[in-house]
Amino acid sequence: MLDGKAARPFAELSGVSKYFSGARALEGVDFSCREGSIHAILGENGAGKSTLIKIMAGVVQADTGTLTVEGTPHRFSRPSEAAKAGIVCVFQELSLLPDLSVADNISISDPPRRFGLIDRRAQRERAEALLARIHCEDVDPRALIRDLSLSRRQMVEIAKALGKNPKLLILDEATSALTSRDVETVYNVLAELKAEGTGMLFISHRMHEVEALCDTLSVFRNGRHIETFDKGARTQDEIVKLMIGRDIVHKFPPKPPALSRKPHLAVTDLKWENRLNGVSLSVGKGEIVGLGGLDGQGQKELLLALFGVLRGVEGKVTVGGEGGIPSSPADAKGGRSRIALVPEDRKTEGLMLPMSIADNLLVASFDKVSQGPFIDPAKSRQAVADAIAQLQIKLNKPDDPVASLSGGNQQKVVIAKWLLTKPEVMLLNDPTRGIDVGTKQELYRLMRELADKDTAILFYSTDYAELIGCCDRVAVMYDGRIVTEFSGDAITEEALVAAALNITRPADAPAREAVPA
Amino acid sequence: MSAVTATTPPRASALAMSIRQNRGFYGAILLLAALYLVYNFIHPRGFSTNVFIANTNESVALAFVAMAQAMTVIVGGLDLSVGAVMTLTSCIASELVRGEPWQIILGCIVSVAAGAGFGLVNGLVIVYGRLQPIIATLATGAVAIGLALLIRPQPGGEVDLDLNWAVTNSIKDLAETYHLFEDGEAAWLQPIAWVPVPLLILVIITAAVWIPFRRTVTGRTLYAIGSSEGAAYMSGLPINRAKLWAFTLAGFFAGCAGLYLAIQTGSGNADIPQAGAYTLNSIAAVVLGGISLLGGVGTVIGALIGALILRAISFYFRILSIDPLLQPLVEGVVLLAAVSLGAIRTLRVKNRLELFR
Repeated sequence: MLDGKAARPFAELSGVSKYFSGARALEGVDFSCREGSIHAILGENGAGKSTLIKIMAGVVQADTGTLTVEGTPHRFSRPSEAAKAGIVCVFQELSLLPDLSVADNISISDPPRRFGLIDRRAQRERAEALLARIHCEDVDPRALIRDLSLSRRQMVEIAKALGKNPKLLILDEATSALTSRDVETVYNVLAELKAEGTGMLFISHRMHEVEALCDTLSVFRNGRHIETFDKGARTQDEIVKLMIGRDIVHKFPPKPPALSRKPHLAVTDLKWENRLNGVSLSVGKGEIVGLGGLDGQGQKELLLALFGVLRGVEGKVTVGGEGGIPSSPADAKGGRSRIALVPEDRKTEGLMLPMSIADNLLVASFDKVSQGPFIDPAKSRQAVADAIAQLQIKLNKPDDPVASLSGGNQQKVVIAKWLLTKPEVMLLNDPTRGIDVGTKQELYRLMRELADKDTAILFYSTDYAELIGCCDRVAVMYDGRIVTEFSGDAITEEALVAAALNITRPADAPAREAVPA
Repeated sequence: MSAVTATTPPRASALAMSIRQNRGFYGAILLLAALYLVYNFIHPRGFSTNVFIANTNESVALAFVAMAQAMTVIVGGLDLSVGAVMTLTSCIASELVRGEPWQIILGCIVSVAAGAGFGLVNGLVIVYGRLQPIIATLATGAVAIGLALLIRPQPGGEVDLDLNWAVTNSIKDLAETYHLFEDGEAAWLQPIAWVPVPLLILVIITAAVWIPFRRTVTGRTLYAIGSSEGAAYMSGLPINRAKLWAFTLAGFFAGCAGLYLAIQTGSGNADIPQAGAYTLNSIAAVVLGGISLLGGVGTVIGALIGALILRAISFYFRILSIDPLLQPLVEGVVLLAAVSLGAIRTLRVKNRLELFR
């Protein structure tokens, strides 16, 4: 099947590097892919996969290095230029316009025209033909995108890409939102495209998918291209090792001996939409439980559900044996549950950037510094001073806007804000993202101190080293449920990566312990 | 190989689909129809062409201003200068629309072009000055009022009286005034002879400008910007061009409103409270007509309907013995009720964070 192998590659990158505000995203990458073949790209979170395809699709530009397509060097400054050269990408974040119809979206960049005006009939017929090609006849081209399910939207996104007649189709996690029926359909379509000579780059976190579909695999790690090999040349275990490599060791505070703790936060069979499919989990007082797994397996939704942000959550949540699912963040932080959430995006959900550091620190606990209806200035000053001292926030004046702080200190403000509410349960959504190493270590120490004071901590991180270094237990999520839990010495990088890809290895069997009761 | 069977489910008819996707718009049409029918039933003299002509006359300026507002709301903006631009163009028209026929025609063109030009300036300030539309147009609106006061410090002007008579009456009167179609006696004209000219003007301008514009790539880009500017950019759409067009057309519609107002009243008046009232009513009309203030949803025709609803409410005060002072109160209640119906959708949002995005 690999007859075309000797032929010249369709697209070739050489010596490509890309930096985002000083941080390396890709470095010295040489990479090539062919027509009529499906090529998988594998790597951990942050390995540089997304940057690679964004450069090829014209979304970002490489700092150094060259991109050659069919022998001609190119430098795409926007996606439409890449599309003209035959490279089309189906993005993970959808690029569809929710208020326009399916047909409008499929032909958005170059609609069929008559007398200069958009020919809606031709456009509808074109959409119908493309949808039929991916066996989505049930999607009405006149329907609005916002009325479609996530899975159908993803299929429309694929139809839109096919409408540009790609020679190289890039699929970034294109199957992650699909129902199993649609996944089957997409597999068939990809096989047909391959037979027609289209090349495909396939990014997926589902190992069995990669095994089933792809001819060639490339592993990326820390912004570098590690190795490319044909399917079957390596075992799954070897692939996992390549993805991890050797990593920098962080300094983590020592863990206390494993204790059997009484669950404080207990979650049973939590369900929401199709993102949480029956999560059961418990966190004891003084325990740090990590949430592992690849991006987008329901970890964020779990934290949001526990904090009362989501509507229509089913299942049971108790804190200290009482209560139910919080109905709002105000409900979650107050009353008996005393839950705090350090949210995913500190700039939009964590902080009010133009407001002062002092106001941001107090915003969740105004009730604690008030006399009757009035905020007490002396109490607030004291609370702010305590919070700044406890977290060693580096600042000029507490009245400066919080936007003037560095990322690490901003994150400290978010955490300090919640500590002022004296939480019993702390939910952390990737709190160390975009933070310098020194501050990271302070945060690790702080988490352990809080745990020692009997706080129950649920900690989601995309960095495996953190989970291993900080957590007493780690629960790995896959497809909206917890697939495995590790504790103590069983928390290893191999085990976490394998569980995240939902590969069951014989060695994992004993590690799959019951939750300590 | 695949278990997928290509059975196409029965599709909704085009009308049913359109109704489901534009509930606000169809709701507005129903409301307008109901309001106007009841009005004619309880009118002491019943339905008559004279009342109909008078009603349409009073609605044209607001309808055009609402259409102007719709252009900017669809891209997710807001134009606080539409009332002021209307006032400015009415003052210009009150100076120019008189004399020989060619002078009158030229005066009309210059007035509307001045409105469009002012809109283009708004667009340039917003697109290249990177200002938020609401504050940019607050400032340019004040400039427009200032210019209007310079042109016409005192109310007045002598707009051509024939034109005034012709465009504020029925088609027959128009034909009679200018000796067209056998002085309006041509047999083919009779079925439509009673139609008010102001209504005809609204229909013609809408059909000639909005309906084709909506089907251009630029027109569609307006909706794409209002729907998700990031996705519009990533799709390679001409964002700056579309915004410039949106504000230019807003100025054009506001110019039409000003020209009509000058012809209707026979004069120009740099009336500051009136300009403000028209701007605020245009926002109310846009919302009543099913246009989302977040952008991306609704049409200029919806704004037209919304403006007619507002006017229809005011007609009631004349025939019922309600204190006219209650008019703002009633309009406010209707607006609140309409907006509340539109907000029912947010009850279905499952992730509360999305309510704030």
